[in-house]
Amino acid sequence: MIPHAPIGDAGSSLANKTGSWRIYIPVFDAKLCNGCGTCETFCPEGVVHKRDGSDTFVADYNYCKGCGICAHECPKNAIKMILEEK
Amino acid sequence: MPEKCHKDDSGGEMTGKLKSGRQVVEGSYAVAHAVAMCRPDVISAYPITPQTHIVEDLSQFVADGAIDSKYINVESEFSALSALVGASAAGARTYSATTSQGLALMHEVVFNMAGMRLPAVMTIVNRSMSAPINIWNDHQDSIAERDSGWIQLYVEDVQELVDTTVQAYLIAEDQEVSLPVMVCMDGFILSHVFEPVDLLDQKAVDEFLPPFKPVSILNPEDPKSFGMFVDPEYYMDFRYLVEQAMDQSRSKIGDAARSFESAFGRYYGDLIDTYQTDGAEIILVAMGSLVGTLRDVVDDLRSKGVPVGLLKIRAFRPFPADEIAEAIAGAKVVCVLDKNISLGTGEGAVFTEIKASLYNNGIRVPVIGFVIGLGGRDIPVGTVQQIVSNAEDVIKHGIEADSIFVDLRRH
Amino acid sequence: MESRPTAYLSTSGGTKMITESLLAPGHRGCAGCGASLAAKFILEGAGRDCIVCGPTGCLEVFTTPYPESAWRVPYIHSLFENPAAVASGIETALAAQGNTHTKVLVIAGDGSTFDIGIRSISGAFERGHNLTYVCYDNEAYMNTGIQRSASTPYDASTTTSPSGTVSYGNPFAKKDMPAILVAHGSPYVATASIAYPKDVIRKIKTATETEGPTYVQIHVSCCTGWYFDSSLGIEVVRLAVETALYPIFEFVNGELGKVHKIRQKPVEEYLRIQKRFAHLFKDESGSDEIAKIQAIADENVRKYGLVRN
Repeated sequence: MIPHAPIGDAGSSLANKTGSWRIYIPVFDAKLCNGCGTCETFCPEGVVHKRDGSDTFVADYNYCKGCGICAHECPKNAIKMILEEK
Repeated sequence: MPEKCHKDDSGGEMTGKLKSGRQVVEGSYAVAHAVAMCRPDVISAYPITPQTHIVEDLSQFVADGAIDSKYINVESEFSALSALVGASAAGARTYSATTSQGLALMHEVVFNMAGMRLPAVMTIVNRSMSAPINIWNDHQDSIAERDSGWIQLYVEDVQELVDTTVQAYLIAEDQEVSLPVMVCMDGFILSHVFEPVDLLDQKAVDEFLPPFKPVSILNPEDPKSFGMFVDPEYYMDFRYLVEQAMDQSRSKIGDAARSFESAFGRYYGDLIDTYQTDGAEIILVAMGSLVGTLRDVVDDLRSKGVPVGLLKIRAFRPFPADEIAEAIAGAKVVCVLDKNISLGTGEGAVFTEIKASLYNNGIRVPVIGFVIGLGGRDIPVGTVQQIVSNAEDVIKHGIEADSIFVDLRRH
Repeated sequence: MESRPTAYLSTSGGTKMITESLLAPGHRGCAGCGASLAAKFILEGAGRDCIVCGPTGCLEVFTTPYPESAWRVPYIHSLFENPAAVASGIETALAAQGNTHTKVLVIAGDGSTFDIGIRSISGAFERGHNLTYVCYDNEAYMNTGIQRSASTPYDASTTTSPSGTVSYGNPFAKKDMPAILVAHGSPYVATASIAYPKDVIRKIKTATETEGPTYVQIHVSCCTGWYFDSSLGIEVVRLAVETALYPIFEFVNGELGKVHKIRQKPVEEYLRIQKRFAHLFKDESGSDEIAKIQAIADENVRKYGLVRN
């Protein structure tokens, strides 16, 4: 059943798990992380966030497309892009 | 000052409140007044001859504080209708008016607005299309938008224009329709004529026309995305829904006409109207002010014993194929008078569509088409009488030429 | 209206951040898309109580494939060349409803802004609607396959201004859109870059809180159209600023205000990492062209006083 016009619900794109696009996966090293949040700021997907109960960061791999911006911008080299085995 | 002349000519005051009751007014004033009675939240228009007097009058109403509408003085017709897309999506009742080149410039938005199911009402002051550049009346401009998903209503005189404008909002904003409506009036012939008109009473219109209640609007409290990108998986279904809404509008147009009649005592027909078609061997078909001329010819010829009748098309979209087929089934010949031409077919669009609607209904009444009155060429009574003689020849000898250009300077 | 923080820059979001962001994940932007990052910052600056108009373009297509929308604010797409007019209508409708709090934004690409939509922008700014027009500037028609726009920089190779044996790519200078809108009397006109998020967010906040029609033009990288590795998406636009090819400034009530000062780097550093300029480095003959581009940068330095004294 479609609505009378092409109108969609807020944030319904969450249904589209773009993590499947990824070739390289960002691996976050909590020991090297200084908690500056640069990775979070520059994530085009808005899916890098703090680990619960911690000041270090991680990506939501359901959506992370593996662009590598977080790794390139990290001032502590705490993020490594690794070829992902699927 | 032309503005002052215009105001003086319309017999009204320069400022102050709106006229009321029965008045001799210009057609443009009458439509502006009818629009005012519908309380549009947002009016957006760009001046173009012969639509200008309508938007000047509305601007004056706004300037005088006689209406609460917001008027956007846009930089083009393209933006005029685009602004209404935004305003309507934000929940506003909207109005615009244009003609000819202005409507052509809107073309992309015309399709867009219908596809987005946004129910604006727009007066089309019918005028020819350039080239050659010409400011006078025919129906080429709105006919060219026939596939856009807008409901198109054509009116015969100024009173019908006033009354149809109000009905148009009722039809457009019905949630089962939710489509924009063009109310098409003949440029100059109706826009600049002075006629006695029953101007509508605000209270009566308020009772007839409920406030606009859209299905959904742009609202931060309930954020929806409008005008989404639709791929082949869904596109055709949305187009089908527009067609379904058009189909829904068939009964709504008739309902609006009848409820208007109960409220105001005037009725102009359903999707079509017929005049003297009982026992008519020859039926003339037309839209717009030409219907008035045809009524006189029918009266005259009937008094002389010629069995001629008249079919007036009120709604060109949705196209009343079944109603037309039923109305003309008993005739011996049908003459369709088109103030437009679909170049490359040699005939007018109404003619083509009527022929198409008869075939599968199994009706084999001869139908002949007349391309007439393009670019404001006069249509005298004698010309219509000649068309009727052509029809009589068809009854006697069959069709010789099925589409005829009327009153050409040279062939 | 409930005010919920969307703090991308803060570090207090926790895992809830995803559902709090006003541009939801799951959109179909390319990996490393600069436009999606700009949209994230724009919404951060504008807040939840806004309505966004988008023209046809990358951002529209990748955020609203029916039935999935990434927008958590009301969003409307009508056509390519009309978002400023659509926004004018929305702003007028809100005014008619007595709503003085909801902000009206356009978020449009450079093709819509610099080229096909300029008539409706001019009209909206001349009429003084209370709206903020944001251009995400990736310097070509990316959605249709990297064709040249009036925003494409000098000598960039695009699919309709390709470099070739007798061409160095786009032969025209980038149109000065901010100056056009300053000339319209806009009370706030600014440029920004996704390399400087706090600046983007501040400028959007300022623009949306300024009465009248305001304009913010944000330089966004496009790895697909400029041809560089997606991980360099921030570095490349940062270099555009540092080489003075993308000056960051604001005009407040027609007067040049705050300017982002730089230590000027040679333009080669910016040009060399993008394949759209690779033809300038093939042989010696490109050096004259690079000198012309350096002259454009130097003129920006002079015009806006970009270099720290």
